[in-house]
Amino acid sequence: MQRRNFLTFLLGGATALLVIPLQVLSAVWNRAAFETTKLDEATKNLSIDNEIVSLDIQIIAPDKAENGAVVPVEVRSHIANTEAIAILVEKNPTPLIANFMFSHGAEPFVVTRIKMAETDDIKIIVKAGNQYFTNSKNIIVLENGCG
Amino acid sequence: MVAANMVANMKLRARLKADAASGAVTEVKLLISHVMETGRRKDDLNQLIPAHFIQLLTATLNGKPVLEAQWGTGVAKNPYLTFHVKGAKLGDIINVTWHDNLGQTESAEVAVVQELTP
Repeated sequence: MQRRNFLTFLLGGATALLVIPLQVLSAVWNRAAFETTKLDEATKNLSIDNEIVSLDIQIIAPDKAENGAVVPVEVRSHIANTEAIAILVEKNPTPLIANFMFSHGAEPFVVTRIKMAETDDIKIIVKAGNQYFTNSKNIIVLENGCG
Repeated sequence: MVAANMVANMKLRARLKADAASGAVTEVKLLISHVMETGRRKDDLNQLIPAHFIQLLTATLNGKPVLEAQWGTGVAKNPYLTFHVKGAKLGDIINVTWHDNLGQTESAEVAVVQELTP
């Protein structure tokens, strides 16, 4: 739905409540960052510039993944005031995998499972205030998990 | 579509860690049944399977946002997630809600319980 249609709908609105969640979603989800096939385009669309390499970002993942469809990843940031953790894999068809934003007592820590197309680095970017920090870990992928 | 049988498909646990050294951290674990289709795979008839994936997942503690996750197609099928929240008490309510690119959504809610000591 176009923005104009949405506004018209809101103005018209008795059943607007049913539609709002979808519209909120499309306003929130960073389409440009998630749909690009280039790592630098993804980071640019996340407004990331000048990442500082930091070993205070801890990445726990296997050295070798039998199946790229399910690669477990654990990330913890020891950087003060961490607000967000992004997970990227450059050689994936779309490099940006996830962006986690923490607030109100959530720790800068996440465990999840990702897809990897081929052997590559998992690149983590942490946002802390106006600064960005990065660390990466190489994973050998034996079977393409991106289909 | 599948919304009706997806209601009970999110597994959600929130456990206050018994370990005092952890500073009263609540560990939230969740597992969602979702295809997480990339839109690049083909079926047996060589037809592209349309993209179908979770784009947004939010978690709240007693209604206050603690986590917002935006996802692309690179999150594995049947997404699994662990995160930690400080300051939660026993009985506090953790809610997790996701939305996917086809407009499907699911919410689950649990009370924080004490982690079982081994």
